[in-house]
Amino acid sequence: MSDIWIMIAKRLALGALTLLVISVIIFSATELLPGDLAQAVLGQSATPETVAAFRRELGLDLPAYQRYVNWLFGALQGDFGTSLANKRPIADLISLRLGNTLFLAVYAAFIAVPLSLTLGILAALFRNTVFDRAANAMALTSISFPEFFVAYILIFFLAQSGLFPSMARVDPSTGFTEALYHTFLPALTLTLVVTAHMMRMTRAAIINLLASPYIEMARLKGMKPMRVIWRHAVPNALAPIITVVALNLAYLITGVVVVEVVFVYPGLGQLMVDSVSKRDFPVVQAVALIFAAAYVLLNLLADVLSTLSNPRLVHRK
Amino acid sequence: MYKSPRTGDISRRGLLKGATALGAAGLILPASVRRAAAEPKRGGVMRLALAAGSTTDSNDPGSWDSQFVQILGTARCGYLTEIANDGSLIGEVAESWEASADAATWTFKIRDGVTFHSGKTVTPDDVIASINYHRGDDSKSAAKPIVAAITEIKADGNAAVFTLDAGNADFPYIMSDYHLPILPSKDGKIDPTTTDGCGGYVLDSFEPGVRAKLTRYPDYWKPNRAWFDGVEMLAVHDSAARQNALITGEVDVIDPVDLNTVHLLERAPGINIMSVAGSQHYTFAMDTRADPFKDNNVRLALKYAIDRQEMVDKVLQGYGTVGNDYPIGINQRYFNPDLEQHSYDPDKAKHYLKEAGLDSLKVQLSAADAAFVGAVDAAVLYSEKAKAAGIDIEVVREPNDGYWDSVWMKKPFCAVYWGGRPTADWMYSMAYAAGVPWNDTFWDNKKFNELLIAARSELDADKRRQMYYEMDDICANQGGVIIPMFANYVMGLSDKIAHDDTVAGNWTLDGFRGVERWWFA
Amino acid sequence: MHTLITLFWVAVAIALAMGAGWLFLAAARRLTRGGVARALRGAPVSAGFGMLVILIYVLVALFAHLIAPFGERQVVGAQFLPWDGTYLLGTDNLGRDMLTRLIYGARNTVGIAFATTVLAFSVGAMLGLLAATVGGWLDQVLSRIVDILMAIPSLIFSLLLLTIFGTSVVTLILVIATIDSTRVFRLARSVAQNIVVMDYIEAARLRGEGLWRLITREILPNALAPLVAEFGLRFCFVFLMISALSFLGVGIQPPTADWGSMVRDNAALITFGDVTPLLPAGAIALLTVAVNFVVDWMLHRASGLKE
Repeated sequence: MSDIWIMIAKRLALGALTLLVISVIIFSATELLPGDLAQAVLGQSATPETVAAFRRELGLDLPAYQRYVNWLFGALQGDFGTSLANKRPIADLISLRLGNTLFLAVYAAFIAVPLSLTLGILAALFRNTVFDRAANAMALTSISFPEFFVAYILIFFLAQSGLFPSMARVDPSTGFTEALYHTFLPALTLTLVVTAHMMRMTRAAIINLLASPYIEMARLKGMKPMRVIWRHAVPNALAPIITVVALNLAYLITGVVVVEVVFVYPGLGQLMVDSVSKRDFPVVQAVALIFAAAYVLLNLLADVLSTLSNPRLVHRK
Repeated sequence: MYKSPRTGDISRRGLLKGATALGAAGLILPASVRRAAAEPKRGGVMRLALAAGSTTDSNDPGSWDSQFVQILGTARCGYLTEIANDGSLIGEVAESWEASADAATWTFKIRDGVTFHSGKTVTPDDVIASINYHRGDDSKSAAKPIVAAITEIKADGNAAVFTLDAGNADFPYIMSDYHLPILPSKDGKIDPTTTDGCGGYVLDSFEPGVRAKLTRYPDYWKPNRAWFDGVEMLAVHDSAARQNALITGEVDVIDPVDLNTVHLLERAPGINIMSVAGSQHYTFAMDTRADPFKDNNVRLALKYAIDRQEMVDKVLQGYGTVGNDYPIGINQRYFNPDLEQHSYDPDKAKHYLKEAGLDSLKVQLSAADAAFVGAVDAAVLYSEKAKAAGIDIEVVREPNDGYWDSVWMKKPFCAVYWGGRPTADWMYSMAYAAGVPWNDTFWDNKKFNELLIAARSELDADKRRQMYYEMDDICANQGGVIIPMFANYVMGLSDKIAHDDTVAGNWTLDGFRGVERWWFA
Repeated sequence: MHTLITLFWVAVAIALAMGAGWLFLAAARRLTRGGVARALRGAPVSAGFGMLVILIYVLVALFAHLIAPFGERQVVGAQFLPWDGTYLLGTDNLGRDMLTRLIYGARNTVGIAFATTVLAFSVGAMLGLLAATVGGWLDQVLSRIVDILMAIPSLIFSLLLLTIFGTSVVTLILVIATIDSTRVFRLARSVAQNIVVMDYIEAARLRGEGLWRLITREILPNALAPLVAEFGLRFCFVFLMISALSFLGVGIQPPTADWGSMVRDNAALITFGDVTPLLPAGAIALLTVAVNFVVDWMLHRASGLKE
């Protein structure tokens, strides 16, 4: 068991390093993009003098490495600074949106994970039957549609009839059940988007094991098919399933900008896109680091769980 | 009788008649919208969904680059002057103004009884500080170029006196620019982050990129404006989301409407489409210093190789008018009605190519939807039609991100959006005079430049008109810009919203002032 | 009543699809010999249908210029013309023939998606298997690089890369393949990790088998099933990625027809009940379902199940 703790500690240290590297990558990428904040904010109306004045005031005339180091020292002391574009403290800017993003991600995950695991196991159990084919075809069709298109279809059927609002407007005063109602359509859209991937991986991982001798054995003992799968196949198929679930959960947090746009939901994705287009690098950095941290933690969790699910890995020589 | 823009094939001449009948504002509305006009009354919260607004928006007027903050600023703040819905200039914070004989000194008398939301009375010092904020070496305001001609502003009793470096008969128009709100001053400076203002609505909350809430200012000085009790503005970037919000009644006004589906939205019950012809135009700018655009024959060939009517039909769905390669719209002063309309004529284009000593021409045209909605489509159509004239236009789709920094004025041939300006002088001085920062065709025509300066301080209306007509001609036939179309402002309104018969065309949403001009029927 | 009619047509469509699949299988069994024929004998109808659809797509893609009634970029008439005898599926927002655009879209979209996925899998799977087999510092370095690349949201990352490097088809393929290969790497590595601790791998190592042989002969065949399943999905994710990128304005260069951008351009029509955007979206969906039906069959064969 102590091996696991050492692994976690190592991975956390590596995670911190990952975040540092990512901050460098994001910073350089923002630098490589054409233009800077001064030009982006002034847009079509930029003139050389106003751009120069802008840069002087915001310290954009400093060399790139100096700006990065300044930012890094602030960040290490927990001060992520203020948005360059509107001077608001980044902590204020992000906290509300982070809450919104997490709320939607958890909401969608609560529907999608049980649904896809159940469907996946059932599809493996009734493999090659009409049920299997129909479940597969439906899941595949739903992920063949781009997210915004799925969202439009749901709006057409569920919002225009007045069942659900087409805009997911929430603010801090919105109650919990009300928020669930308002964000139902975005959560459903995300569910449709991620379910197929998890379901198919579950099905594939289980079917992959069904020819193994120990499954054959269990079957020959006269065990019921459902019990064979549940007791013998699922535990051994967990590793790839957990990996895919973690990937999709990370996606629910970091990749939902399109859904945010369509449902007018104030989340982190829109903030990131806006800030990239304005070259507001302290905000870009902060959001990118939150996304990266979410991803690193989820993956760590996935790896720990996969390792625990396989005794051979726990006691690796 | 006004034709619905969808069904009507709006030729330039047809629309011209309508515009003349209406006076200066080129309003085209279906009869149903016009019927809604009645006695204004107070009440209700107007919910407005806009396609603009970014999390990086701020209250600083020098940085107002998106329509969200422009409309929000106009609701919250007062300006020295205002462009009325019929296109004329009226006073707002300024009660009246007068010019010296050379039009180089302007005296604005400040109106009595105008107060900020904080209760403070508006004084000439506030006006001076508000305009000075955009001037000077350290200014990082986007409005710096338009106030650059001011050399001094001083108070004189209850008036503010502006001295310019040269005469400008249109100067009071410039003071209506959305960047130049009057804000409270302290020690001769304004605080650009203030939420105070002297407009019809008080800002309650503003979350950039998401929403803003305003309530009516009870002590607003205008008796017949600001009818709504409150206004809620939402940033809704997805065009389908805006339409659905309007259809399901979650908002009352959307701006703009997606033209690709406007024919379907029109059929939805309880919704009116408002389409206003204005000064907004879309251009393809050629760098007149670069080969092959250096040769005016090549430019003329390209001007005759574009099918303008098809673009109005397919890119604007008929919600616009064809352009004639100079930036003055049909409803504006100094639109030259005698000028021959450039139209699609491959033979003429071939003729001009031959004049330039060429058999065929191959050019790259850069476009992105950041330039204007439908820019890439317009470029593709252009490319298809130009083939017949032996011109091969390769469309290069540029990333939306960074379009104005890395494509506009960098690539020799690219798609551009212009909101247009209320006066011909303003438009020409901003983007067509030699050497000005936004001269995106790098055009330098001696005769044109001389006329521009002469016309600016010419106070004789007829002479001035003749000068502008000549400039229109020079720009159209020798300039570096192709202006295939003038785009209407197209909005979607719930039928509960009522407004005057005349709607301003200087900016969208009734010149940004629908919030204070409209009411619930 | 309305639902009943819809259900009826859905049933007819399924029956026709099954019939076509069965016919295709029957014909294929006759026309092939040896191993292929033996393999086909066990194939279910769904796999037959999948193969038939893929075959049609490939033929359409290869002979697009012969099949299409008009030119790819040709403006043939007014915009949004209804379906009729000349323009079988009507025209798009610029007045180009919809059917023609769909046919040329097959060539561009399927070609790009196939190239991208193959590239992503060759790189990702190989490195993933290698990392799991060798372990140690190589595993650490590769995994950390992949962690870093994956921790940056893919849409934002590709937007950044495409803005910096330009948006030609080649960069588009390289960028999407790079991002996809990190996902493949993780999956391959995690599957292979479970395999390398198996006794037969220990045995192979003790036999002194070389690394290449160990990976290709012992590990890859046993890791193939989840990888194949992933291939089927990744393939269609490429369409979606292109569609999302065109949402952000950096998709395929016009006037090239591709389904992802076609869905994006027409998507809003669906909120008015207009089915136009369902055509390109349906084309993507049909291919996805077909590819995955074939993948299911191969999965089944790979698992060694006899039933």
